[in-house]
Parts: sequence; C-alpha cells; structure tokens
Amino acid sequence: MGKTLAEKILSEKSGQDAHSGDIVIASVDVAAFQDGTGPLGVRQLQKMGLDKVRAPKSIFFLDHAAPSPRKELSNDHMLLREFSRKSGAILSEVGDGVIHQRLVESYAKPGDVVIGGDSHTCTSGALGAFATGMGSTDVAIGMAMGKTWFKVPETYRVEVEGEFQPGVYSKDLILYLIGMLGADGATYKALEFGGAAIRKMSMEARFVLSNMAVEAGAKVGLIVSDEKTKQYLRSRGRVKDWRPLMPDKDAIYERMIKVDARKLSPQVAFPHTVDNTRGIREARGVKVDQVFLGTCTNGRIEDLKIAAKILKGKKRAVHTRLVVVPASRDVYLAAMKAGLLDVFVRAGGIIMGPGCGPCVGVHQGVLGDGEVCLSTANRNFKGRMGNPEGMVYLASPATAAYSAIKGQISDPRELFEKSRRKKTKKSSKRRKNR
Amino acid sequence: MILKGKAWKFGDSISTDLICPGRYFHLRSNLPELAKHVLEDADQEFALKMTRGDFVVAGNNFGLGSSREHAPTIIKLAGVSAVLAKSFARIFYRNAINVGLPLLECDTDNIEQGDEIWVDLGTGIIENKTKNFKLSAHPLPRAMLNILNDGGLLSHIKKHGDFKLD
Ligand code: SF4
Repeated sequence: MGKTLAEKILSEKSGQDAHSGDIVIASVDVAAFQDGTGPLGVRQLQKMGLDKVRAPKSIFFLDHAAPSPRKELSNDHMLLREFSRKSGAILSEVGDGVIHQRLVESYAKPGDVVIGGDSHTCTSGALGAFATGMGSTDVAIGMAMGKTWFKVPETYRVEVEGEFQPGVYSKDLILYLIGMLGADGATYKALEFGGAAIRKMSMEARFVLSNMAVEAGAKVGLIVSDEKTKQYLRSRGRVKDWRPLMPDKDAIYERMIKVDARKLSPQVAFPHTVDNTRGIREARGVKVDQVFLGTCTNGRIEDLKIAAKILKGKKRAVHTRLVVVPASRDVYLAAMKAGLLDVFVRAGGIIMGPGCGPCVGVHQGVLGDGEVCLSTANRNFKGRMGNPEGMVYLASPATAAYSAIKGQISDPRELFEKSRRKKTKKSSKRRKNR
Repeated sequence: MILKGKAWKFGDSISTDLICPGRYFHLRSNLPELAKHVLEDADQEFALKMTRGDFVVAGNNFGLGSSREHAPTIIKLAGVSAVLAKSFARIFYRNAINVGLPLLECDTDNIEQGDEIWVDLGTGIIENKTKNFKLSAHPLPRAMLNILNDGGLLSHIKKHGDFKLD
C-alpha cells in the first residue's frame, strides 16, 4: 500500500510499517522549546531527575520575551541558560531569532522528526520533516528519551494549480484554506501541499503554508523535499542535509482539496479567529492603528523585500504605526545589507530586534482598547496582542505594507494595476512617437 | 469515582489565549498566581466564583491555539474536575491527559450554566441532575487511557521506564 509523506517518515523513524491510525514510537531528531514553554519543561525534567538530553538536537530558544521586559521572565531565561549548560542542550540566545525560523535555517532537515513546545513547530514540515507542536511534558520527555509516541495521522492532500495573480501570495492561499476548512477542519490530520503552484513556490513562501497548518487544527503541514529544498539548504550551507522525499504515487488520502491559484484574491482574517477569513473587498477601508510586519509566519527576507518594495520612498499614514520585526538575526543582516531597514525607517517605521515581537502580547506594541492591528502573523485570537479589547486582522506582507501607507486595509493589487496602467500608457506613447 | 459539581458554560472555539492570556506570560513560572486568571478572557467571573469540583462545559474545538500546557494545568489547579466539550483541539487534548485533567467529549448542547452534573470517569456516563438526563462520552483512545490511569505522562514513564501504550 502506498504511503503519504507522514506515513513514510513515521515508518522510517519507528522502524515499523506505519499506516494512518497506528500508534508508533518514533525517534526524535530535534526537540525544541521556547522561553514560554521551556521553564515548565525543565521543571518536569528536574522532577524526574533527568538532567541530560538524548535527542540529537535539543534546543532552547529565547525568543518570545527577547529581550526580557520584566524580572520574572529574566529569571526564566536564567533557568533555561543554566539548564542548557548543564544538560548539553543548545541555547539560542536573545536576538538569534524566532524558534521556527531558526529551526528551518539551521536545524531541521528532510525526513526528520521535530517536536517543539510551540504549536507552530509544524513550520519545518515545508522541509519534509514530520514537525509538530506539543506541550511541555511531551517535549521534555521526548528531549530526555530521544523518542516520543504518535498516532499516525490521516492525510488531506491540498493540490494547488495555476499561477497567483500579482499581489497575491502563499499567505493568501493559506488564509483562504483555513477559512474553507475551519479552525478544526483538519484536527488530528496531516496536510500535504502539492501541485504545480507549490512546486514553483520558493521555500520562504512554502514555510508560510506549513506554519499555519495548525490553524486548521492539523498536526503537520508537509511538503515534498525537492530541488527547491536543496537550493534552500545549499544557501544555508547545509546541502549535505538534503535528501529527496516524496509520497508514493498510490498513497491513500482521506480527502483531496483542489485550489486554483488564479482565482485567489488577497485574504484577510477578521477578529477574533483565524478561520474568519474574507476576500479583501470586504475588509477594504477598515482603519488601521498599527501594522505589524514580522513573526515566524511572515518575518522572512522575502517578506521584508516585498514590503520594502511597496514602502520605498513612501510614508506610513499619520495615524498608523509601523512595527517591523525580522524573524532572525540572519534575516536582520540580510535586510540591512539589502537596504531594506533604511526603507522602513524612512517610511516612519520602527525596527525591533529579531524575535516574536508583539505577536503574543508580551511586549513591544501591545494594543490599546479598541485599536486595530493589521498583522502578518498567524493568529488573531481575542487578547492575542496583549489586550482583549484590541482587534487583530491578519494578511500578507504586501497587504500590510500597502495598508500602512493608506492608513486603512487596502488591496495591494491596486499597485500592480497602477504599474500596468503606467506601462501601457508609456508603450502607447512610444507607439505614437514612432 | 463520581465527580460532582456545577456546570460553567462556554461557547465554541475557546482558545488557549482565552484560557491563559498572553499578557500573563510573566506568571508562567508561578502557576498558582496564573491560575487566578484562568479563562479570564472568556468569562471574567469564572475564576472568582467557581468552586472546586465544578465543570467547564463548552462547544466545539476547546483549547485551540498554542501548545501552552499551562492552559490545562491551570484549569486543573483551579479545581475544575473535568472539561466537557463537543470536541477538543489536538495539542490541548494530549496536554490535558499528560497533566491528568480529565476530558469528556460529548454533546453539551443541553447542559446549561449552573446545572448540577455528575460524572463517572470509569464509565464515561454524565448525568445532568438538574434536567434529569444522561449522556455518555466517547471513550478515550487506549494509549491515552493508559497515560491518564497512570496519573499523567511523568508518572507513566516513571512507572514503566518507557512508553507502554498498549
Ligand atoms: S512569532 Fe508569534 S506565532 Fe511565531 S513563535 Fe513567536 S509568538 Fe508564536
């Protein structure tokens, strides 16, 4: 019987012929914590007297409260630093970046089992890793024992054909899918993304899809490991980590979902659930107090480039704050080198150090009562940005950047229409001159 | 064992942000303090007025969102004896079992705020004493039942030295 990506990886890692519905015990390649879930994990390990880690890559990321805004969190950071030193785990310091961005840049690889004390651990699925979020006790045990248990998930195959219109991106695709499936539409399932549009997509754009798989309730969001994956790993100096990985042709899927990329418009998730997504037409004109460009969803260099292209030589609206947070130190450096930071600062933005920034409401851009934030993040739950009276809308970096200029939610396709109109004007002029 | 208490009714899609708000991030190493804010953004009265033994009763997809195990942990710490919902989000479900918070998946439509509820964890039978009807919950998968019966994942591993799921 043919196997899905999830079944293939879990068969390899459990040493048994695994099919959906089976319970397997799989070896763990990467076990990770962030600073919000790590302290509880460490205390669980200490309770059991386990002070050494056995997963080949055990990592603690200081990213959610980085740098720490208060003493309680500084003390949590101290606990994680000390435990890393004693246990042999890797420590990713304040300023290195968000857990999921750092995992894809330097740690996860095709065929791996990756578990993380953070729900968006599924991001690494775009590299062809069985990557999933778990709670502190599960990750702690996985880290200490180098293995964990899974129920092998059934898979929903998402086939995306056609080309995106200019101004429409992978973020719009995943928001559309979540709106269609619902926040629990894929609970316990694996999502597997494929089709011509995915094959063409950059790794950076693919990460967005896998990152948000959990917003439909899915356990993992998997994508094949192909030439694009290889190029990406090569660019990270890790070409040795590459191996091809794809599902069998006769793999059995519980459900097939087909999407025509040509038909997609920019999407916006309205407060307070991610599946409350609508085409941008319905969001147009919503006044925006803060635009947040960043996070493990859309704080990568490709995202910053898209936004900077729109913001170049422009200014944010007077009433709209613009907060930019590169997802990692390397993204920050690349943005600096490409002159993007200059563009953001001149546009009236503020750049913060790599990390989660205001995403989870700990610090740096907490909303006031009734304020609206248009964010490139993955979640807009009530209270998410530190205030249950705040309103968070989610969209792509292009929609966010264009809306920052306009001061209200605006359709980035207008930019392309304008440039097309300009071009046609120019060419018709040229024709006349001839 | 029969659990007895009052129902606190919540709606669909109660996220971990509603159960354990991000603005109390700094209290995550102080669970008793954090527990004072349990479910605060879904119902401000809940943490103040619930009594030990009460039930949280909700609709679909309870616990969606982040992987923070603090969410089921503070529900348990606050003294809630079990959560009854139509369905649970995946990570929350596993976390709750790991920390020993019983979950019952059942049709909660006819349970109202304040109803007197009895739950037999052994059989999964739920009795609404106020409205006089019985419900039965979907049984837990065996792997999870084994972990719950051992008192959570830590005790399970301590007892067996390894995963022992079937
Ligand atoms: S950026 Fe936001 S979603 Fe991503 S790990 Fe940080 S807090 Fe979580």
